Amino acid sequence: MRNPPAWSAPDPTGPGHWLLRARVFEADDLKRAVIRIAHEIVERNHGADDVVLVGLYTRGVTVAHRLAAAIASFEGVEVPVGTLDVSFYRDDIAVRRVSPLGPTQLPGDVKDSVVVLCDDVLFTGRTIRAAMDAVVDFGRPRAVQLAVLVDRGHRELPIRADYVGKNLPTKWDEDVRVHFEEIDGDDGIEIWECVPGDEGAPGTDDADTDPGGAT
Amino acid sequence: MKHLLGIDDLGAEGIGEVLRLADSFLEVTRRDIPKVPALRGKTVVSMFYEDSTRTRLSFETAAKRLSADTMTFSAGSSSLRKGESLLDTVRTVEAMGIDAIVVRHKSSGVPQRIAGWIDASIVNAGDGWHEHPTQALLDAFTLRRHRGDSFAGMKVAIVGDVKHSRVARSNVKALSALGAEVTLVGPPTLMPPNLEGWPVKISYDLDVVLPTTDVLYVLRIQRERQQEALFPSLREYAARYGVTSERLARLPADALIMHPGPTNRGVEIDALVADDPRSVINEQVANGVAVRMAVLYMLLGSGEGRAA
Repeated sequence: MRNPPAWSAPDPTGPGHWLLRARVFEADDLKRAVIRIAHEIVERNHGADDVVLVGLYTRGVTVAHRLAAAIASFEGVEVPVGTLDVSFYRDDIAVRRVSPLGPTQLPGDVKDSVVVLCDDVLFTGRTIRAAMDAVVDFGRPRAVQLAVLVDRGHRELPIRADYVGKNLPTKWDEDVRVHFEEIDGDDGIEIWECVPGDEGAPGTDDADTDPGGAT
Repeated sequence: MKHLLGIDDLGAEGIGEVLRLADSFLEVTRRDIPKVPALRGKTVVSMFYEDSTRTRLSFETAAKRLSADTMTFSAGSSSLRKGESLLDTVRTVEAMGIDAIVVRHKSSGVPQRIAGWIDASIVNAGDGWHEHPTQALLDAFTLRRHRGDSFAGMKVAIVGDVKHSRVARSNVKALSALGAEVTLVGPPTLMPPNLEGWPVKISYDLDVVLPTTDVLYVLRIQRERQQEALFPSLREYAARYGVTSERLARLPADALIMHPGPTNRGVEIDALVADDPRSVINEQVANGVAVRMAVLYMLLGSGEGRAA
């Protein structure tokens, strides 16, 4: 798409409504993807000693905790987990209403560690850009890597993930929703499409209701 | 929301939003690098037509920690002395290309007038006897850090010169909107002449009120506003309404003591009282930066103000 609209989630109660297009991951698939990524992180970094997993709100925090649990189960190492709210680093602050999502808590010093940013869906890359700016304000990591459950394409910045659960080609105005037991009551990944109503169409509403944390 | 002129601009919901935002900014202010790029490229001007230490510094620190550019205008060293009017001064400042003006003025209503003249967001940093909304917000924030969200039924006594106090006015609005029960305490001459419609109780006897008070809010005796003799002497006032160690023995052990500063030690509050373990006066100052960051972010970062 040459000139995509500024992404935003249509109001589910408005004239347009969301329709489930496909359920691409069940709970077992999601679990396998997490375990594989955990192995890749340990393999790439020759162990997990210097690794810090930093989850981006909201669902990236769950991703980080699951990766930490997986690494603990096969490597016997407790990897520190941090949380990062990138709201105040976003580049769309003056364009829409950006509200903080939760407290930023990085475990100790990130200096000289390998920070693995964890998120559920990689989309435009803007959240990751903001996250990198935020992390370096806390110190200079030896390296920053990126782990995501889904890469859905449509990048707007030169950013790629180091660890990917699944590459999922999507249309711009579709929505990829990662579900977690802790937050949503079940584990899985779904693609939803928006069926425009009389006047409502994707790209016309505020993004506050962003259901999948999709950038 | 474009301006913050008074607490009514926010309502209970807006107050809650400011307090939640301030939680996030308080965390930011505690970082090694206590700064985020949220308002990069925005310019905030502080125009203070009246003396101030903490409010002006607090706003400027808040703006800088949000990466906004700041300019300061102080009445003493400006073209005011050459006779420039308020309107002309404000227009001149606006012509520099600015996003927000933080105004303090000795006359009530000045921030409102300025808001009508220009396009930038206006934040009231205290206007005459009218309002000082960010002070009330940081007070509510300080209370919430200690007591959580349960303002309902909280008994707050505001003691002192209520008549001349914009802090009292903003606090009555904010705290009662959140559900607290406010009692105003002071000599009749220092009560506002008309209290109809205020959601408050009145008492002229501090000693009666103290034992059932959860929060003792002590106002400053504003010596600079005392042209008429509203009480016989400062000693007389201190004897009846001054917060002394003896009086504090009657205040419940888990109560909180607040004061907007600067304190007149020995007049409305004893030297020792300000250092009582129940005193959160220093916290109020520290929280002021986080709360003002929240206000500036709400006005300038929502995408509702001037086009960037």
